[in-house]
Amino acid sequence: MYKIVEKKILNSVVQQMVIEAPFVARKCEPGQFIILRIDESGERIPLTIMDYDRVAKTVTIVFQVLGFTTQLLATKNAGDYLLDFVGPLGRPTHLGNHKRVLGIAGGVGAAPLYPQLKELAKSGTEVDVIIGGREKELVILGEEFSEFCNNVYYATNDGSIGHKGFVTDVLNQLLEQGEEYDEVITIGPMIMMKAVVAVTKPLNIPTGVSLNPVMIDGTGMCGGCRVTVGDETKFACVDGPDFDGLLVDFDEAMLRQNYYKEQEKHICQLEGANND
Amino acid sequence: MTNMSLEKVKMKELDPQIRNKNFQEVALGYSLEEAIEEASRCIDCKHQPCKKGCPVNVQIPEFINAIKAGDIEEAYEIITNDNGLPAVCGRVCPQENQCEGRCVRGIKGEPVAVGRLERFVADWYLHNIEKPVYNIVTRDEQVAVVGSGPASLSCASDLAKLGYKVTMFEALHELGGVLMYGIPEFRLPKALVQEEINRVLDLGVHIEKNVVIGKSLDISDLFDDGFKAVFIGSGAGLPKFMDIPGENLNGVYSSNEFLTRVNLMKAYDFPNNHTPVRLGERVVVVGGGNVAMDAARTAKRLGAKEVFIVYRRGMEELPARVEEVHHAIEEGIQFNLLMNPLRIMGEGSLVKQLELIKMELGEPDESGRRSPVPIAGSEYMMDVDTVIIAIGQTPNPLLTKTTKELDINRRGCILVNEDSMETTMQNVYAGGDAVTGAATVILAMGAGKKAATAIHNKIVLDKRNLYK
Repeated sequence: MYKIVEKKILNSVVQQMVIEAPFVARKCEPGQFIILRIDESGERIPLTIMDYDRVAKTVTIVFQVLGFTTQLLATKNAGDYLLDFVGPLGRPTHLGNHKRVLGIAGGVGAAPLYPQLKELAKSGTEVDVIIGGREKELVILGEEFSEFCNNVYYATNDGSIGHKGFVTDVLNQLLEQGEEYDEVITIGPMIMMKAVVAVTKPLNIPTGVSLNPVMIDGTGMCGGCRVTVGDETKFACVDGPDFDGLLVDFDEAMLRQNYYKEQEKHICQLEGANND
Repeated sequence: MTNMSLEKVKMKELDPQIRNKNFQEVALGYSLEEAIEEASRCIDCKHQPCKKGCPVNVQIPEFINAIKAGDIEEAYEIITNDNGLPAVCGRVCPQENQCEGRCVRGIKGEPVAVGRLERFVADWYLHNIEKPVYNIVTRDEQVAVVGSGPASLSCASDLAKLGYKVTMFEALHELGGVLMYGIPEFRLPKALVQEEINRVLDLGVHIEKNVVIGKSLDISDLFDDGFKAVFIGSGAGLPKFMDIPGENLNGVYSSNEFLTRVNLMKAYDFPNNHTPVRLGERVVVVGGGNVAMDAARTAKRLGAKEVFIVYRRGMEELPARVEEVHHAIEEGIQFNLLMNPLRIMGEGSLVKQLELIKMELGEPDESGRRSPVPIAGSEYMMDVDTVIIAIGQTPNPLLTKTTKELDINRRGCILVNEDSMETTMQNVYAGGDAVTGAATVILAMGAGKKAATAIHNKIVLDKRNLYK
């Protein structure tokens, strides 16, 4: 059993939890993820590691209340226990030796992006970030990013903070102003990462993305998380979750991600949870 | 008195048309009377060929004699001296190629039903006897066992009986490896597997679930933490795909994903269990082994209208056990043999059709089987909405990728000294499917036992050298 040591509600749909998980905290690195199961009848869901404390043997996760399991998870509080919590899984992010990097986060994607940019900043890279969300309330971690980012830009659909529009509008503006970046790292909804790559690919700016497809075991056993990268099929759980965004087949990845949408709706309705 | 019937005492089975809609165990087992009647078919021959057919050397005639005498407790003790998982092995061992394949009674008529008798003894014992009390002289040395499938369980159990402090590390949330995630409930009830695993844990084996060796911890961390030896029984969990167009369409599963959803995650009981499995009305399972039969029979039980096995060789060449093929046919699985998939076609994101080509058998290949050759111009389309690929598994590279000291062959199997099961890394042993590629439960158990003996000898020797 894995104890929830601390819980913070970041906004109406995003929560942060600190979990006691000695075997994960011992070796995990930025970019890796965990899989958890709440109880005996629970499904296994992957969540990215946002932070960790090797001494306290804890791992911090951030999740968006989206489907059945995350709704159930949101009802748990500090002092409660999760039945299973395994990791670290996947490969740590390969953080290159860059002079200047731009991070682009959408919604809860800011959480996994945070440790990557922090690590880069620590090693002397100049870091900027664009954080996007539907509205101000859903934009998270701005303050935390500003501790080490030179510039923090915002984009919201309603303009309640920063630019009114998409993160790609801000990206285009920056590039038009002549800003130069050695790499872009983008984490967020698949459709957003696809849109970012549509901007960076013609300019040949190396672009890292982090995928979060359907998976069961997270160790390469089920193959449910397969994704086409270039001409190859990769397993996001063991070959990723980070990939060269310029090579990822986003359309296929989005279709695969939606395969279980109906079942998700069905269980949410049955269990009286509100999925809208 | 010897029972001279040429046939085995029949074992009751659920009716095929009822059982193909539920997940209850198909074969119902013997009663005590039936077991004694079948045991009496054993003529207690002098040269005991059955024993030589058993990879773990179970004292078969001896346990059968105990059944004849009605002493089932004694029979259980005889079996478990060599085999810690008799309820499992009585069900899933390919006895026809092992003990029963060599039985004298099989020359004329059917061999003695060793598997059914083993199963009877195990089930009887688990139902009737409280957990036994062990007197084990403990030792200080710790041994780590990676994985908790058949190889690891038998290694852990032997080492624990020798007094070692054994810790078993499992990546998933349940113990049992392929016994839990792979083999379906209707062939191997999970409650029974759990009971047999509990008997191993009763020996004092410590478990750590949700720990992935190679990720959470490396092998070198285990030695740093004080373990004197490591046994790797991480199995063959990497699914093979066909590398044909359309394999990433929605509705294409590896047999691993499909069976794991249903067995380990209990998707057959969705939404009470929260993991779903989505299945169409026409399901094709590609492959002809036991896993393919398991996947096909599972799909039928989940409500698929038509389920087809597509295999590139013929009926004679199916690698699955005859019994499994027989059960599949009884349950209404259709066999499209001498066919090979060329591509999977979709409509939108979903599987719609499978293009197949007819095959004929040519010259025998290196395995001695006649190799299938495509018949030019025989391509045709088949309507289908789910494709399950069950063409084999190879060892998962997760551990060997992060442990450079472990040498592997080109199929990813860990190289070992076959006498000791020691790998190319000092004090690290391996066995089971991680070494052989996908094979049988009993071979994995044999390898685990062999490694346990070698680990014991090595630790005793090291200790002796220390005090010299």
